[in-house]
Amino acid sequence: MILPALFFYLFAGICVASAVMVIVARNPVHSVLFLILAFVNASGLFVLMGAEFLAMILVVVYVGAVAVLFLFVIMMLDVDFAELREGFIEYLPIGIVIGGVFMVELLLVAGGWVINPGTTKAITSAIPANVSNTEALGLVLYTKYIHYFQLAGMVLLVAMIGAIVLTLRHKAKVKRQDIDVQNARTPELAIVVRKVAVGQGLLDADAAEWVQ
Amino acid sequence: MSFETAGYLLMPVMPELVLALGAMALLMLGAYRGQGTTGLVTTLAVCLLILTGVLELMLPAGKVSTFGGSFIIDDFAKFLKILALIGSVATLVLSIEFLSDPSRRIFEYPILVLLSTLGMMVLISAGDLIALYLGLELMSLALYVVAASNRDNVKSTEAGLKYFVLGALSSGMLLYGASLIYGFTGTISFAGVAAATKTGSVGIVFGIVFLLAGLCFKVSAVPFHMWTPDVYEGAPTPVTAFFASAPKVAALAVFTRVTLTAFPGIMAQWQQIVVFVSIASMALGSFAAIGQKNIKRLMAYSSIGHMGFALVGLAAGTVEGAQGVLLYLAIYVAMTLGSFAIILAMKRNGQAVENISDFAGLSRTNPLLAFFFAMLLFSLAGIPPLAGFFAKFYVFIAAIKAGLFTLAVIGVVTSVVGAFYYLSIIKVMYFDEPLARIEPMRLELRTVLAVAGLFNLLFFVYPGPLVSVATAAAKSLF
Repeated sequence: MILPALFFYLFAGICVASAVMVIVARNPVHSVLFLILAFVNASGLFVLMGAEFLAMILVVVYVGAVAVLFLFVIMMLDVDFAELREGFIEYLPIGIVIGGVFMVELLLVAGGWVINPGTTKAITSAIPANVSNTEALGLVLYTKYIHYFQLAGMVLLVAMIGAIVLTLRHKAKVKRQDIDVQNARTPELAIVVRKVAVGQGLLDADAAEWVQ
Repeated sequence: MSFETAGYLLMPVMPELVLALGAMALLMLGAYRGQGTTGLVTTLAVCLLILTGVLELMLPAGKVSTFGGSFIIDDFAKFLKILALIGSVATLVLSIEFLSDPSRRIFEYPILVLLSTLGMMVLISAGDLIALYLGLELMSLALYVVAASNRDNVKSTEAGLKYFVLGALSSGMLLYGASLIYGFTGTISFAGVAAATKTGSVGIVFGIVFLLAGLCFKVSAVPFHMWTPDVYEGAPTPVTAFFASAPKVAALAVFTRVTLTAFPGIMAQWQQIVVFVSIASMALGSFAAIGQKNIKRLMAYSSIGHMGFALVGLAAGTVEGAQGVLLYLAIYVAMTLGSFAIILAMKRNGQAVENISDFAGLSRTNPLLAFFFAMLLFSLAGIPPLAGFFAKFYVFIAAIKAGLFTLAVIGVVTSVVGAFYYLSIIKVMYFDEPLARIEPMRLELRTVLAVAGLFNLLFFVYPGPLVSVATAAAKSLF
């Protein structure tokens, strides 16, 4: 029993430490990288609890999609984080209030769990014996819930079509790379040797051709 | 067919399956053959919608449910699905000119309309809260995109963005309500919720309020109507015609199904909400439309008002009320599509004109067009013997039979106020100095106008079939 406990403290410790680093890191890119570390460790905690499907989803969705999107946005946008930090003291009281509300809610959830441990069993469906939870989900997702599954797929298809309709623009003048043309180029096609007279430079006629 | 052996019949979803597969096939056609296929894809999309409608009519009678009760086929669903399909077909027909412009040849447009229609059909057939939410999102997501489809136009982009942001907010409210209902009843199916809610606890009432708020947004009922005028004005006119017809049918259908089948036990609680929303919509639709200069904005306020009238029938909560809602929707769709065919025909020198003053003297330059528009406006105002009168008649009769006298009286008063702005357009058309002739009307617009206009004019001659179908559809809910 000591090994799972060791891993729990390892994952939990790194998770909390990297969560703190997300807030205190000066460089926003570092913040996002610490966020990714926190996600990975949280998924490790899920594996320890036997919820391997949630662990995989956490990595795929949060690390693979959400955090990478964050990274893109932060790198693309010129956000002045020093300026954002200026109001830190000013906004501290409201931050503490929100944190306090969060704390109370967590304590209520934990309190309910301690007082009546049977509640969790009552509100969740029983996990079938002898199957992993990924398999258990798969067994109902493609049979009992096939209707919802296919509909969700159609919603995603609409989202994809919509993104293309609203953003893709075919421009006539865009220069595209044509590999065949590039490979077929010879020195005769690409290089022109000119005799340049001393002190005169390139003649105007040649220069005009060069610009073309 | 292992699904069939597992108790998941595929037969009831056949129309939806055909529509979904057809839409994907057309998407491939467009993606591989380029934007030049827009006209072909649009034609095929119309054929596909008609095929879906035929399949829908061929489904066996009676109530069938599949996928564990999350998909229900009954007379109610069939009636409204056919209505939504008619709205979508007419929209695609009205869009032909919009799509023929070389700068806007987007073959994705008819495909998004198809997928949105698929969402509506799922929504109309929804038998539980998850199917409701997925259908609603499928419908709305495609609508956000088509609203912004004229992407070089700032107003169109603004319309799409506004609709998206507010739509996302309303989806959030709807989901919150659904989660509360699930939390307090322990089930998501409408039948299960109905069995679990014999008495309305505070939690369930909270859930209903949020759920209905989300649905009110989709039918653009007051106080969740703020987006409507801006989106209707900004979106391309054929898209506005779409917004005003098919999605309203689907959203009001699910509104009716949720309230009547999931919460029959606590009718007193949701009835207050529906009565309030209905009165507020009728009042705002009548008064706010008076000052409008733009015909599309005016149609937006008009549609808000009409949704209020349709909700009068729902507030009654009886078979007559549901029948009134169904008839109202059918007649409203015909009136709206006819009006939009005329608005689309208003072109001078190749430019669409959208102001009410542009209709000046239409009776002298285009007498037939002016006559049809006048009849449609009289019908929207609810003047007998046109179809719009019967629509209002059935919902008010249902409200009076259910003892909602105040609601019926307020409805009649606001409909008189509403008649003022419809009549003022007729005054502009018949008594103002004529402007230059408008361009000749295109064939497809004429077809839509002729069908909608004649239905509207001649409904009173032989209303029997539609009324009996609507009665059967309404009865299937109870």
